[in-house]
Amino acid sequence: MSQYKLVRFNLNGKDVEKMVDVRASLTDMLRNDYHMTSVKKGCEVGECGACNVIIDGEAFNSCIYLAVWAEGKHIRTLESLLGPSGELSDIQQAFIEETAVQCGFCTPGFIMTAVEILETGKLYSDDELRKLLSGHLCRCTGYENIFRAVKKTMYRRLGKEIDF
Amino acid sequence: MYDMKALYEAESVENAVALRLEHPEAQIIAGGSDVLVQMREGKRAGKELISIYGLNKLRGVSIDADENIRIGSLSSFSHITRDPIIQKYIGVLGEAVDMVGGPQIRNIGTIGGNTCNGVTSADSASTLHAWEAIVELTGKNGVRRLPIKEFYIKAGQVDIRVEDGELQTAILIPKASYENCYGYYIKYAMRNAMDIATLGCSVNVRLSADKKTIERARIAYGVAGPVPMRCPSAEAAAKDKPLTLETAEEFSLAVLNDIHARDSWRASKAFREHIAVEMAKRCLIESIKRAGGVLE
Repeated sequence: MSQYKLVRFNLNGKDVEKMVDVRASLTDMLRNDYHMTSVKKGCEVGECGACNVIIDGEAFNSCIYLAVWAEGKHIRTLESLLGPSGELSDIQQAFIEETAVQCGFCTPGFIMTAVEILETGKLYSDDELRKLLSGHLCRCTGYENIFRAVKKTMYRRLGKEIDF
Repeated sequence: MYDMKALYEAESVENAVALRLEHPEAQIIAGGSDVLVQMREGKRAGKELISIYGLNKLRGVSIDADENIRIGSLSSFSHITRDPIIQKYIGVLGEAVDMVGGPQIRNIGTIGGNTCNGVTSADSASTLHAWEAIVELTGKNGVRRLPIKEFYIKAGQVDIRVEDGELQTAILIPKASYENCYGYYIKYAMRNAMDIATLGCSVNVRLSADKKTIERARIAYGVAGPVPMRCPSAEAAAKDKPLTLETAEEFSLAVLNDIHARDSWRASKAFREHIAVEMAKRCLIESIKRAGGVLE
């Protein structure tokens, strides 16, 4: 017997609502009901970070988050970063400059964690930054470039000279 | 989609107790980072779930009327690490839970879930044992409080009475336990992130007023036995002793009288015992330093 529930939340700045199967993960709902295909299905057990989204300002693996828990929340996916005429945000641009995208599957998840990091407005040390990014796997193993892209954006936003 | 039979969302603690009594077979889900993964693996497939995730009353850290530190069971690891009360009085707990999984896991994982799993390797468990935490359970008969040592029955089993509709609602650290107390935790694992401890060691000390001797030392391990455990022989070996390297060595060697390390695919018994001694020593020395003591 199927069980459905009305789930109302704010998705990328817009209030939305839909009847959702209670068995759905947040990944299922964002992809299937809202076509947010930046939310990738990777390991589906909370290890790889490909499904990462920001809920009320904090990064969560949406694969191990029930869709019904989205009720009343503000959820942001990578799609929210795009400018009105399709411009890339600074962090996305930095990923391109640093060749931090290879196959691209881990990229949206990494970028949303980077958004959470950058929004704190803090200057993190290399070790701190590595720890903050440690919840993501890149099977192309392009970690160093990803790290450089996030670090570069952090320095830029704080108006500081980049020091690699 | 998860293979679940039904989902019941609790609207209050009382409602959660009622749902538990109504559906005794159902599994409680807090943050879900264990329950949903197990469901995906098929271990809990086809089960009913009672979600308590929405109970914001169970989130946050405070000091209660009896001056206990009160940690709501749904407090996430990252919130515990950032909490000013935790940082002031029991910083080691914030540091320990900052070693769980990765950042996103620490945003969803709860201290209640970490302890209710009854797993010996839980990063919060050894520190909570070493600080003699009290577990608060709420059921149809009201609130029941018990020492964390008694809460853990055996591997994967804790003292929660389903027949009374109980759920864990808070973890308390009594004032006598945290006052003037400083601690240190070491997690030994193969990786720095997304790994489970091969061994976890949490030590804390309270020094004498002149900071020359150890008034009280407490130590607990995770993964040194089927449940987290204290080491009475080691604690006795350090009591009222001067702050010397010799004290640290006697303390650390005494842990071998208390722990039951075993061979497993993760590590051999001999290796576990070796690192247990070394971790105890390092944790004690670091705790003494944090307490303002100077090792002679």
